[in-house]
Amino acid sequence: MPTWLDREVEKAVVRLLLNGEEVEFLAPVHKTLLEVLREDLGLTGTKHGCELGECGTCTVLIDGRPQLSCLVLPLQVEGRPVTTIEGMAAGASDHPLQAAFAELGAAQCGYCTPGMLLVAKSLLEANPRPSRAEIQEALAGNLCRCTGYAKILEAVELAASRMVAT
Amino acid sequence: MTVPDRTGSVGRSYPRLDGSAKVRGQAVYADDIALPRMLHCKILRAQAPHARILSIDASAARRLPGVVAIITGRDLPIRFGILPVSQDEAALEEHKVRYVGDPVAAVAAVDEETAAAACEAIEVEYELLTPVMTIEEALKEATDEPIQESFSRRRDNIHRLVSYEFGDLEAGFAAADHVREDVFFFQGNTHLPMEQHSAIASHVDGRLTLWSSTQVVHYVHRALSRVLELPMNRIRVIGAVHGGGFGGKTDPFAHEIVVGKLAMLTGRPVKCTLTREEVFYAHRGRHPTLLWYRTGVTRDGRITAMHLRTALDGGAYGSYGAASVFYTGTLQTVTYDIPAYKFEGVRVYTNKAPCGPKRGHGTPQGRFGIELHLEKIAHELGLDPVEVKRRNFVKPFSRTVNWLRVTSCGLEECTAKVLEASGYAQRERRTGHGMGFAISAYMSGAGTAIYWNDMPHSEVQVKVDRTGATVYCGAMDIGQGSDMVLAQIAAEELGIEPRDVRLVTADTDLTPVDLGSYSSRVTFMAGNAALEAARKMRALLVEAVADRMGVADLEEIDVGGGRIGEFSFEEACVIATTRFGALSTTGSYKPPRIGGPFKGSGVGPSPAYSYSAAVVDVEADPRTGIVTVGKVWIAHDIGRSINPLLVVGQVEGGVYMGLGEALMEEQEYRKGLHKWPSMLEYKSPTFLDTPPIETFLVETIDPEGPYGAKEAGQGPLLPVIPAVNAAVFDALGVWVDETPITPEKVLRALDAKAKGKPPRHGPRSFPAVPYGEPIRVDPPARDDLRVGAELEAAFGQTPGAH
Ligand code: FES
Ligand code: FES
Repeated sequence: MPTWLDREVEKAVVRLLLNGEEVEFLAPVHKTLLEVLREDLGLTGTKHGCELGECGTCTVLIDGRPQLSCLVLPLQVEGRPVTTIEGMAAGASDHPLQAAFAELGAAQCGYCTPGMLLVAKSLLEANPRPSRAEIQEALAGNLCRCTGYAKILEAVELAASRMVAT
Repeated sequence: MTVPDRTGSVGRSYPRLDGSAKVRGQAVYADDIALPRMLHCKILRAQAPHARILSIDASAARRLPGVVAIITGRDLPIRFGILPVSQDEAALEEHKVRYVGDPVAAVAAVDEETAAAACEAIEVEYELLTPVMTIEEALKEATDEPIQESFSRRRDNIHRLVSYEFGDLEAGFAAADHVREDVFFFQGNTHLPMEQHSAIASHVDGRLTLWSSTQVVHYVHRALSRVLELPMNRIRVIGAVHGGGFGGKTDPFAHEIVVGKLAMLTGRPVKCTLTREEVFYAHRGRHPTLLWYRTGVTRDGRITAMHLRTALDGGAYGSYGAASVFYTGTLQTVTYDIPAYKFEGVRVYTNKAPCGPKRGHGTPQGRFGIELHLEKIAHELGLDPVEVKRRNFVKPFSRTVNWLRVTSCGLEECTAKVLEASGYAQRERRTGHGMGFAISAYMSGAGTAIYWNDMPHSEVQVKVDRTGATVYCGAMDIGQGSDMVLAQIAAEELGIEPRDVRLVTADTDLTPVDLGSYSSRVTFMAGNAALEAARKMRALLVEAVADRMGVADLEEIDVGGGRIGEFSFEEACVIATTRFGALSTTGSYKPPRIGGPFKGSGVGPSPAYSYSAAVVDVEADPRTGIVTVGKVWIAHDIGRSINPLLVVGQVEGGVYMGLGEALMEEQEYRKGLHKWPSMLEYKSPTFLDTPPIETFLVETIDPEGPYGAKEAGQGPLLPVIPAVNAAVFDALGVWVDETPITPEKVLRALDAKAKGKPPRHGPRSFPAVPYGEPIRVDPPARDDLRVGAELEAAFGQTPGAH
């Protein structure tokens, strides 16, 4: 029995399609997707900067669209595909965005990076040739304190050009 | 020192060593660590800004299922603080709280929710005291008792007073054709690292291990040892992958000590991750600062004398404050030649989250003031501000009136670069558009350790065996890429690729002491130590190889491209181990004594200063007051760029952070409460607010930097803030003499102008401060570059007056 105070906490079994694999877990219904990913499923690649929906750091993709995992309850996304940073690379080879971020120094402390990458991924899937303004707009909900965003912008552009070329 | 050719890795752009782990979500930050049977800790924090604690009743909280341990101030009575002169903090306060957020009790429980619920169930009875929330209030006698009631011997809330006069001020002002006074206010703001602070402790076999998101494992190590009363050899502090510091994780923190204590009490690992709100309370950010300048100049704009007064709002604790107050005044002289200089500073305690070192530590305030002050002087004299600044630039290889030694100095080159690239002289002149120019300097590491000792500031070991080379260094990569710089230096000397160097950093069990990642010191100091250790290792490898090859002249053995002489590096390692046995070399770096013969001369000296110049282009809407930055051009004198990719990353990050401070970031209080302890309301620049930044790296090859390198982490932030204000003046003809430049302030200044008042918005006066008689210091000969023993012999005094 969960021990929060002395009242029963409702738990539920939830099934997710997580990074292409079916996972099933039992968790208190009020536990956020962020917490379940990090604490119950061991996927600590998803980071958090506020846990209040303010910084974009905890972004994951649900049905390919960016969502703040600190504001999502697993039951809400039952059965739907969820992509975290751990699911971005295809095996040993990095996604072109990951390669470009690493190459150009778009990750300094790297803490905002998983969220940035996933938002950029969904952007490029919807819009393979985004303008600078479109990239800035798409990533405006993700804060970064290290890079001044400059290298992130360059990395998204570089990845986009490589992806279009292949 | 001779500068080697850049045939090896130095000077090349390599992406950071852990880039792949970071883009794949594999990097392990402190909060990512989970240990078996781990407990979660929450800290109960004060909800009153200033109050005596009458009683704490945790009995109901202890009865909650899942609560394992609760501790209060009684369990951790020993006070600590980062500076030896400011041991004024407790991990948990027992008798009094001094700001909203002050830690009072801590709970270890089976999960975070239970710990939080237990905190809520702890009853604390307070007797409220009058909060002190402004500099002016703090200067007066305390209503009921001073904030640091037992630590301070004063009846007011003054923490620190400094007063110096270098050279003959009176004569300087007498020689002036023109004298001007100005008052400025620099608002407080915070680091806002994306990663919330986190620490996890484990106590096994009588030894405590702590993983933390800290910038300095050594300082955490010291604080744990002091407060937990454990010898340092029983404690291991490991820097987890770091999610951003900017100075905000340079103090030892309550949560780090608390998890250590709880792990010892419960026999289980304990983790504490601060909430974002708690991060705002942990703070140690920019001091809100009032500045008053009085400067005499000749008709052509040459400075004859300057008098600066500063007043810093320190918040509730000392932190680095005793140094911060100096930094608001000391570095003005390393950019401008000031023949006579008086500096008076005060830091006060208030009932706010403690201020400390944020990127630029104390110098952005002074830089903001002096740049705008000189602009105003130039306008008043009908001279070009850029020209006036240029006329006063310090000369390379000179000594300032306050005894700071300037070595390489690229101010002229940096200025020329940004003026040319931005087209400053030909800028479009119309209402609403403007450009501003400013310069700055910053230290490549402080010349004096924060606690008095004669040991090196950086120590590095290089080990070579049949498996290759490993570098051990206590420095912490906080995202700036210092690990790569160390790897490049070792690789350069050993003739291999940086990726082939293994690095072990920031682990007090494994790595020799380094004073950590703050003060822009790692490349310069740990870099010099690494260089020395690697050169010694190279000498051993070369000797063994020469011996094997039967070559007498060691100069004939080439090192590079993964080869030493006719052998591969790996073969050379085997040959050298066979020849000498176990191979380990060491290097250390300690800056020479640079400061002058007076008390307090330890704050400000650095073995080398970086220089920057910036031009900012703005659109400022006279109807709405909204200021939009179109572009920033910045040139930075890095000495030598060991890794241009990483240096540019630091410059861009600094410019961005400066823009945030210039335009929107502010840590404000109302009725004793932090107004905006959330990321939504504490405004920081998003992707859309950040303009293009064009960066120029200027290389001046400093004689003492490793390969000539200087710092990049802090200096580039500094010129950006005054350059924005100058650009707003250029666009609208009004001054906003305080940060941040909000639309409201721009409109107020325009309104004042329209009413025929002085066209400005900002503070009108500077409070009366009992600075006392200054310490009068005779200036050195301006070409006296002596340091260390030679310098000391000259004034016959022992080092460390501080
Ligand atoms: S952690 Fe979810 S938005 Fe900040
Ligand atoms: S890289 Fe550090 S927050 Fe973005």
